[in-house]
This record gives sequence, C-alpha cells and structure tokens, in this order.
Amino acid sequence: MSAVKANQPGSVVLPDITVFDTEDKGSLKEFAGVLLSVGGNVFYVSNYEEITKLILEKHGPDAKIVSPLPEFKEFCDERNEPVSSPHDLYNVDVALLKAHFGVAENGAVWLTENDMHHRALPFICQHLAVIINIQAIVPTMHHAYKLIDGTTYGFGTFIAGPSKTADIEQSLVIGAHGARSMTVFIMENR
Amino acid sequence: MRDKMAEQSTKDHSTLANEFNRDEDRVNWHDETLWWIRQKRDKTVNQVPGWERLREAASQIKNNVLSNLHNYLLQFEKNAIANGIEVHWAADAAEHNRIVHQLLNKAGEARMVKSKSMLTEECGLNEYLAEHGIEVIDSDLGERIVQLAKEPPSHIVLPCIHKKKEEIGEIFHQHLGTPAGVSDPQFLTETARQHLREIFLTRKVALTGVNFAIAETGEFVVCTNEGNADMGAHLADIHIASMGIEKLIPEKKHLAIFLRLLTRSATGQPITTYSSHFKTPETGKQLHVILVDNGRTVQLSREDFRNSLKCIRCGACMNTCPVYRRSGGHSYHTAVAGPIGSILAPNLDMKKYADLPFASTLCGSCSNVCPVKIDIHEQLYKWRQVLVKDGHASAGKKAGMHIMAKALSSPISYRLAGKSGRWVMQHAPFAITNKLNPWYKQRDMPNPPVWSFGEWYAKNRKKN
Repeated sequence: MSAVKANQPGSVVLPDITVFDTEDKGSLKEFAGVLLSVGGNVFYVSNYEEITKLILEKHGPDAKIVSPLPEFKEFCDERNEPVSSPHDLYNVDVALLKAHFGVAENGAVWLTENDMHHRALPFICQHLAVIINIQAIVPTMHHAYKLIDGTTYGFGTFIAGPSKTADIEQSLVIGAHGARSMTVFIMENR
Repeated sequence: MRDKMAEQSTKDHSTLANEFNRDEDRVNWHDETLWWIRQKRDKTVNQVPGWERLREAASQIKNNVLSNLHNYLLQFEKNAIANGIEVHWAADAAEHNRIVHQLLNKAGEARMVKSKSMLTEECGLNEYLAEHGIEVIDSDLGERIVQLAKEPPSHIVLPCIHKKKEEIGEIFHQHLGTPAGVSDPQFLTETARQHLREIFLTRKVALTGVNFAIAETGEFVVCTNEGNADMGAHLADIHIASMGIEKLIPEKKHLAIFLRLLTRSATGQPITTYSSHFKTPETGKQLHVILVDNGRTVQLSREDFRNSLKCIRCGACMNTCPVYRRSGGHSYHTAVAGPIGSILAPNLDMKKYADLPFASTLCGSCSNVCPVKIDIHEQLYKWRQVLVKDGHASAGKKAGMHIMAKALSSPISYRLAGKSGRWVMQHAPFAITNKLNPWYKQRDMPNPPVWSFGEWYAKNRKKN
C-alpha cells in the first residue's frame, strides 16, 4: 500500500459530470423499442388480473409461478409448495417481480433484493416477468443512479432482456444460463 | 493442464501468428468476424449523443482514480468491511491463488464454479488449484468451451472467437455426450445450459470477477450477458470476487458513465443483460473480495505506461486491431491479448513479452475506439524504445536497424542503396520474390520505379 502511495501521480481532479443530468423525461416508446431489440417482450396492463391471465395463457395452467409480491400471494400459494432455500427454485417456470424503474436508453429495469425473495430468483427462473409503473421510465443511466442514490439494498441489478450468448461463432442464442424470456408489464395508472 | 499454454510460452508472436496464418480461410473468417463486431460498436456508438464527452469524462475519472488510488483503496476496504464483506489483499498472483485455496480448504470444499475473470487467467488460478486437487469449472459458455479444449481464452470478451462451431460440436460430443456431427449453436448452448445448471446447483463456492468497485459505498458490480456470475454466486454459500486494484471508481454515480461505455464499446449492445451490484452478503452466506496488485503498482510508477491501468477490459482495441484480427489471440501468449495486453504484459515480464509491443502497425485505431482514451499505440511505441534500450530486441532486428541507420545516415549510401535495390528488382526479381523474404509472404511485390524522385528532380530542374 505504501508503494501505491509512492507511485501514484500528482492529484487529478474529478470531472464535473452534471452535464449529463438533463431535464428530459424518459420515453416509454424508446424503452419498449430497445427492450424488444434486446429480445424482451412488453405488455401494457391496467390491473394484476390481466397479468396473471397473460402469464397463464403463455405458460399454461400448470406453470410454477413464484412471486414475492403480496398482490400475487394467494395466486402463487395455491399453485406451489413453499420455497425455503434458493435451491428449491430450480424448477420455477415464471418469476413475477416488481422493478423500481426502467431505463429508456438500454431497456434495463432496476431490481433490488427486497423485491426478490431470494437473490437467485430472477436468474434461475425459466421465464422472468417484471412489472413497472408507466411513470417510472428514466432517459439514461445518469438519471437511473440519481434515483438509486440514497436507497439501501444488499444486492441490486439492472436486467435488460433474456439471458443470452453469442459465444459460438457469434450466433445469438437466447437462454444461456438465466431466464429464457423477459416480459415487462407496464402498469398504466388506474 | 493447458497444452496450448505450454506450447505458447516458448514461441514469440510472429512464430505463433505464422502458425495461425497457415489456414488462410480461417484467418479471413476470424478477421471478418471481429471487424463485424467493430462495426456493431460503431453503429451503437453513433446513436449516443455526447459519446465523446462520455469518453472524456471516463478518462478523467480514471486519471483521478490513479492519482488517488491509495485513498480509494482504503475507503473501499473500510466501506466493504462495514457492509459485511471480508477483504483480502494479494501482492501477487501466488498470494491471490493461496488465498482462494485457503478459503476453499476452510470450507472443506474441493470444487468451485467460476465466472469470467481475466485476473484469474493472469494469475494461473485454475492450474494452481488443479495441482492442489481442486476442481474448477468455468461457467461462461465460451470459457467452458476453451476449458474443455484445454486452451486459454483467445479474447477477453469472446473467449472462443477462434473456434468454429464444428470444432465446438466435436468438443461437446467428446465431453458432454452430444451426438457426433451436431454443431447447431442453439442445440450446443442448450446442452451447456443443462450441464452447467447441475454445476450451479451443487457448488458451494463460486468465484467471479469484478467489473467495477465503488470506493464510496464498498460495493462492486459484475456484468454478464449469460447470467452465469449471478447463478454461481447466489446459489453458493461462499462468493469470492477477485479484482485488480485498478478496478476502483470513486462514486456510484460514475457507474453511469462506465456502464454506458462498456458494452457499447465491447459488442455494440446498449448494456449487458445483467449488471449486478453486490453490497452485502446474502443472509447466512459469505462474501469475500480479493484485491490483487500483481505488478499494477509497478505499472503505476511507469509514467509512460500507467495509463494502461485505466483499461475497463471491453476488448474494443482487439476487435479493431489489424494485427490481432489476423494473428489470433493465442499468438500473444499472455492472458490479455491484443494492443492493451501488449502494454500490460511487458510490465510483468519484459524479457518474455519483449515481442508484443512490436506486434502492431501503430495505426492508432485502438486508441481511437478506447472508451477511456488510453493512448495505446503511443505506449506501444514507447515500450519499443524501452525494450531495445534494455537489450530485449532480437539480434536480427538489431542488425537490420543497424544497416538501415547506416544507409539513411549519408546521402551517398542512401542513393547507392536505392539504385541497387531498383536494379535488383528489375534485373533479378527472383532475389526478392522468394520464400526467404518475409515481405513476399502473402503479398505481391510492387513494380520498381525506373528512377528515384531525387534523380527525376535533378533531371527536370535542369530543363527549366
């Protein structure tokens, strides 16, 4: 450590990055467009029943659906065994989670541990479904960190689309180790 | 363990590049694939307003980090400990490997799953642990492929960019039991998914790399597209994160700059699928961070080369490099290949990597695409001066330079050399167009001019 101190160059000041903090509103159209381009799906809904209906239509009546959200407790409880360890999540078909907001420039949503049940849930599930409020779209990552600043979390993650890889001859394959699909339900104000 | 690594350690870049160049179709394919990624980068970058401002801000933040690294390291350590993270310091590769081994021993585990970490490649962690009876499985698809093939990664972002899908199909057939002759990427990826799910669910220790660590909050960020780092870390009881000390950034808000730059520069994506922020261990689990120096402090002391520590490992300099694209990552015989690797490697071992700063045309394309504005080609040029001065240039190169210096030092010898060269090319072209002349390989020689500009000028000036 003393070597680091001895070898580091004379102090250079940090740049002013407030230039990136624009007054822009996040564009829903841009968010949805980018999310589609990275392999995600987008649905506009106005209540929770619409969400469960869409999920059951897509994944079938026997799908194992897990959600930490109180709104879906009854719906999930009657379908599943209780989950006590992250390893019990190995056969989850759909994880249904709430994100804090979405980022228009890259289609990512911000999720934190409090809304995950287990940290492994958004990754181990076969399909990921995320709900965001229609108002909760920011334009860029600068605006995103403005919102994150001052919040507390043990673990947080930006997720933009389904898990993917292009490691074999640069052929894009959806569904590497994480979710095979990502659907964002944009909740319109009631 | 790694046949290819052992073979590489004794040969220089041009010998290894020659071997890669024997299969011309493959070289063309490799070249075109990487250039395609470079074009994807351009397309995405051009859509971002203020891209150059972002690069400049990133560069300045990294300059600030290097100038205050001591304080940022202490600040990070203090905040990470307060978050419940166990912080370890490793002066070199050996100490890093020992720490990982001790953590495994303490847990009574002989198996570990690992997501991409170029630092562990640099430290030779897999080989070290294998010698001590520990099984490590790489979980990034590309890394798993090269691991099964007993090769090192050839690119920091695209580890098996040098492999054809038919070869990967054969590797999977041998190791994972897929039918012979099957090479469909979708099918092979699904096979790897099933194979690695079983690993994720059974390994109690997971190691990941670190993309960024934040001094202000003591948290760190890991970026993947596949989700393999998260699968490993969240399903294990112990998460070990290895990072070079230069991965620090001052404040959380600076992540915005770097996450906007990283993947756009790397693959042309707007962001990786997963950008995970680890701040505290999950309840009942352990979270360790190993801060590794391994020569970084020495590089920090080298005024001409310290900028290389600003690197965020996006790989853009490799994708654009005319030499990398046509010589392949393995020709660099070091963990980080390409232009940036050629600056980092001589710092660790000047003799062993003396060839690398010469594996460049100095065209400057690397510096133009670098998201943190490292003057890569200028540093390559500077390394050449240092290496020759310190006596690390090859005898052939020295002799050639000596003859050139003589020829260029007096007008008489210069004119004589030019004249005789033109005469030979006109009257005895076989003296040039033969296999002994390295310039003739894969190239046609130009038609020699009848006279030099000097002769033409002397003649025409008299006329007027």
